[in-house]
Amino acid sequence: MTFSPELEAKFARLLTIYPPGRQRSAMIPMLLFAQDEIGAVTDELVREVAGRVGVEPLQVEEVLSYYSMLHRKPLGKYHVQICTNISCLLMGGDELWEQACEKLGIGHKEVTADGLISLEEVECIGACSWAPALQVNYDFHHHATPEKLDRLLDSLRKIS
Amino acid sequence: MLYNEPSPLEIKVLSKRFGLANSESIDTYLATEGYAAFEKALHMKPEEIIEELKISNLRGRGGAGFPTGMKWSFVPRTSPKPKYIVVNADESEPGTCKDRVLIENDPHQLIEGMLIAGLAVDAHAGYIYVRGEYRYLIDILDRAIAEAYARGYLGKNLRGTNFSFDAYTHTGAGAYECGEESALLESLEGKRGVPRIRPPFPAVVGAFQCPTILNNVETYCAVPPILRDGGAAFAALGVPKAGGTKLTCLSGHINKPGVYELPLGIPVMKMIDEVGGGMRNGKKLKAFIPGGSSCPVLTGAECENLTMDYDSMAKAKSMLGSGGVVIMDEDTCMVKAALRIMRFYAHESCGWCIPCREGTAWLRKLLQRFHDGGGRKSDIVLIGDLAKNMLGRTFCPLGDAAALPTISIVEKFYDEFAAHLDGKPCPYEKVSRLVMA
Repeated sequence: MTFSPELEAKFARLLTIYPPGRQRSAMIPMLLFAQDEIGAVTDELVREVAGRVGVEPLQVEEVLSYYSMLHRKPLGKYHVQICTNISCLLMGGDELWEQACEKLGIGHKEVTADGLISLEEVECIGACSWAPALQVNYDFHHHATPEKLDRLLDSLRKIS
Repeated sequence: MLYNEPSPLEIKVLSKRFGLANSESIDTYLATEGYAAFEKALHMKPEEIIEELKISNLRGRGGAGFPTGMKWSFVPRTSPKPKYIVVNADESEPGTCKDRVLIENDPHQLIEGMLIAGLAVDAHAGYIYVRGEYRYLIDILDRAIAEAYARGYLGKNLRGTNFSFDAYTHTGAGAYECGEESALLESLEGKRGVPRIRPPFPAVVGAFQCPTILNNVETYCAVPPILRDGGAAFAALGVPKAGGTKLTCLSGHINKPGVYELPLGIPVMKMIDEVGGGMRNGKKLKAFIPGGSSCPVLTGAECENLTMDYDSMAKAKSMLGSGGVVIMDEDTCMVKAALRIMRFYAHESCGWCIPCREGTAWLRKLLQRFHDGGGRKSDIVLIGDLAKNMLGRTFCPLGDAAALPTISIVEKFYDEFAAHLDGKPCPYEKVSRLVMA
């Protein structure tokens, strides 16, 4: 597989930072960083990462199924993750989740027909004191309101 | 950056650089006593460093509250194996958002804490395990690490001594369980995050099967101020047997939610009223979670005369935990709160131990049925019984973390469960349905 030079540089570095014989440690970071670039953990990526860290593809599959951020199918270009855990729930996070589902016509881990936006109801993202909170890809949005969410979802459609 | 205004009641030790211009840069750090503790520690004996920590009464800030000096003293310093420093930045306990602020505003303080830990146990490499969702913090840490190498605070023969140390970031990929120390170590080794059987503890057999110090971000961040100003000064800020300050995350139904650095032992009601600006809309306090969703829930009445420290929370049959304070007012449905908390643990249970895997799934189903109005009176007892059967029967604390809040809610808010019986609609529910992803 060919990756961007930046990702190749990251991979090369990852293979040097763990003790000798412990290159398997690089597996999860590699999968996540590669997913960010190619959109999903494809079969081809599984084989590629297995080869680079020196394990069988099955061993990669066994590990990746455990981690909730690793996805076998592509997400939307903008992955909207709404927290409904306790602190966000108390501040209306569940209402925001319902609003997003209704507005986009999709549910948990689903993608809009144009592939632009996907939704996920997530567990605590570490923004409890600035709840309700959500993330679009890796960007945090604090103190969300129904109006702000509405504008945000509209703006994601416009900037694409 | 800071996401909430500071409070005048804060005692800024770990957060003293928050709000300074470019607080994350090494120049700001060096201009404000940064790396002075490391320079001092370079000329101390390892046992002197650990003794200073013992004097400080620093206890682990990740949730368990184990004395840090004692933990470090368990590492066999003379072992021929390499030793490792591992930072738990997998902050994911619901209600907790403090490590994020510490790294974002002052990453060098964490690096300095790791360096001092390295000196204390003769370790020469450290890994910062950051939860995958905190990608921007990895960028901040990588920049800080690069600065430290460039300025001679990481790398070989530091400050003209024979001490060398390398620091690296490592990303997680979405798993609460990886905040548990042994599961974190498995994950760091490129495996599923399932807990290890202990003993041996990580101090003896940790990262890559070698002796390891594994602490929370906030614990390492407390080390430079302790070495710089002395353990006694840090101890004096807290209460007996628990020194210093605690980064406390206030969330829920209060006027000024936010992350505040408060002295250990501050009265709960003072914290809510004076730091948090009181209850939102003048409502009454119904329930209080002292330190993340795995702590037993306290009622408003139980919070009177209660203080925020390890021992007084233990006396009240709860825990200080991670500092994630969740405040619920009189309009909160406690059945829904219990359900949401259980949904989380059912989702995050790694499945390794049957009592946790099955217990959380069945409790989630029972609580869901209850909240939907299909609950039977016998279910109230069953919920408590199921939860009690999980206690102490799992390899890691996740089983207890799921059981403890549930038991406390069922026992203390029995009437609310009764009010949901016989198809009655939830008396508090505003949303048409509780979405179940």
